[in-house]
Amino acid sequence: MVKKTIHEINGRIRDGSVNVVTAEEMVDIVGELGAEGAAKEVDVVTTGTFGAMCSSGVWLNFGHSEPPIRINKLWLNDVEAYSGVAAVDAYIGATQASRSKGLEYGGAHVIEDLIRGRSIDVHGTSSGTDCYPRKVIDTTINIYDLNQAIMLNPRNSYQKYNAATNSTNHTLNTYMGTLLPNHGNVTYSGAGVLSPMHNDPNYETIGTGTRIFLGGTQGYIVGEGTQHSPESGFGTLMLKGDLKEMSSEYIRAASFEGYGTSLYVGMGIPIPVLNEDIAKATAITDDDIVTNLLDYGIPSSNRPSIRSVTYGELRSGSIDVNGKEVTTSSLSSFKKSRQIANELKDWIKAGEFFVSMPVERLPRDTACNSMKLSSVNPLVGDIMTSDVSIIQAEASFNDAAKTIMDKQFSHLPVVDKNNSLVGIVTAWDISKAVAKAEYDLVKDIMTKDVVTTSPDEAIDIAAFKLDSNSVSALPVIDAKKQVVGIITSDDISKLLARRQ
Amino acid sequence: MKIKISIESSIVTKPILAEAIVETGALLNISQAHFDNTHGEVVADIPSEQFGHIRDSLVKKGAEVVVLDTPISRDEEECVECGACVSVCPVGVFSLADDWSLEVDPDKCIQCGTCLTMCPHNALVLGQ
Repeated sequence: MVKKTIHEINGRIRDGSVNVVTAEEMVDIVGELGAEGAAKEVDVVTTGTFGAMCSSGVWLNFGHSEPPIRINKLWLNDVEAYSGVAAVDAYIGATQASRSKGLEYGGAHVIEDLIRGRSIDVHGTSSGTDCYPRKVIDTTINIYDLNQAIMLNPRNSYQKYNAATNSTNHTLNTYMGTLLPNHGNVTYSGAGVLSPMHNDPNYETIGTGTRIFLGGTQGYIVGEGTQHSPESGFGTLMLKGDLKEMSSEYIRAASFEGYGTSLYVGMGIPIPVLNEDIAKATAITDDDIVTNLLDYGIPSSNRPSIRSVTYGELRSGSIDVNGKEVTTSSLSSFKKSRQIANELKDWIKAGEFFVSMPVERLPRDTACNSMKLSSVNPLVGDIMTSDVSIIQAEASFNDAAKTIMDKQFSHLPVVDKNNSLVGIVTAWDISKAVAKAEYDLVKDIMTKDVVTTSPDEAIDIAAFKLDSNSVSALPVIDAKKQVVGIITSDDISKLLARRQ
Repeated sequence: MKIKISIESSIVTKPILAEAIVETGALLNISQAHFDNTHGEVVADIPSEQFGHIRDSLVKKGAEVVVLDTPISRDEEECVECGACVSVCPVGVFSLADDWSLEVDPDKCIQCGTCLTMCPHNALVLGQ
């Protein structure tokens, strides 16, 4: 039984005899020498990951102005930072969007601009007090003007993450990137074999106080991250590091179309090989790490899993989704992850970085619960109109016009012979046909690409669909595509009026 | 070579592509087509030596023809080589090499622009 201490390993780092390998290299070493042999041979295994970590941000301290101000509201390059902590402290979060530039520029970009030494416009307001009389501050600063710029990321380094695809018939823009219709592609994130937490799944060396690589400099693990959910394999970490020492090589702003900004964070954890169990754990491969492929076409926090999939399969370039070979895209960079694991290895070999034991271990039994909702969310089925008129696709244009007139309803779902929804005809379609003097069958004038909802969908989702598709009614269909009702923007307005 | 043929909605119902092919005998191979209620767009491969003929024929019939000779380019400073672009490209311009570097084959590019919106780092540019 091999047993080493942190002191012994740090002694070897000091005298230059330490043996460090990356988690990728460790796979073959354990394969060749076995866990015991590898534990004797290797002192430290380095890991690394570089991907979008939305839950990131930086604490800034500006120093006091003359005359002094206690800032209540603060904007950095027009991106709001939270300043409800004392007078001149603020937290800039990665996903906060700019007031003027919208989704293209956000907190993440302010953070990258700070690292790059660029000037940042500061605008702060206050109500003024006897001790802090100033009410407005406008100045321009860069990172060197700040007393502190401390990166503090509430939730980084997800142990693994769900892969994403889209079953709907339209493109979705998500934080998992562009998801093409009809399972047109699959996206995923995570460094697999190099994933920090997967290489120490029992959190024996990863915990509060562990020294790590963060953004190109030394950082620390504060403790468990928010939503830390180790029982389901989704552990997370809260990290801190000095932004002033970080490099834009490893901290990059990103913006996802239709979603907003995020921060690509580069981090790596060295795992001291204290015994053969740890050696064995660091031999984990892409094929050993299993995650779920979720359907982001379902607008719920409880998305169904289409299949389970290994990182090995995801990283092969394509996977099977319902019998179809679908191309995969990584959102995190494996090349950068590898670069981080190698740089950390070089630091340790050069005697510039010493490994540490956690002063407190991470919880291993917490779960991530859903938000408690104190009021019941109404569903589409609760407020939809069930008494809906429908029309056959083969019916004449005149029949459609007559039905709309008779029923005083401007939207008419169109069905085929099996009563399945195939389109929708509106009073507007009728007007257009009249204007063009094209009197055809309903199927010729209907809109075929119909946005629909179901009785058990939340009203908020139906409202989002109405808004994002610029339509004023959604046919409500069941699993067999039979029309069971219709919901209009009027129905939702009435519901809101009743609520207030 | 690749060309983009834009067709206005007023002539979209006319078989101008078929007419141009019959007229010129050019082996026009459609690689992508998109139509909506405002216009139609077809990306096609044609033999370079027949470009003049097919262009004249299509333009005479009311279409607009543009040569697709400014494919996607990558800003290597901004790109982090994640590979997000790989799965959205309809013609396989992007791939990851054995060392996980991003490889770009601009010759395949049909300038559809899908990868521009996918790229989280705004590292891809068209038309420069």
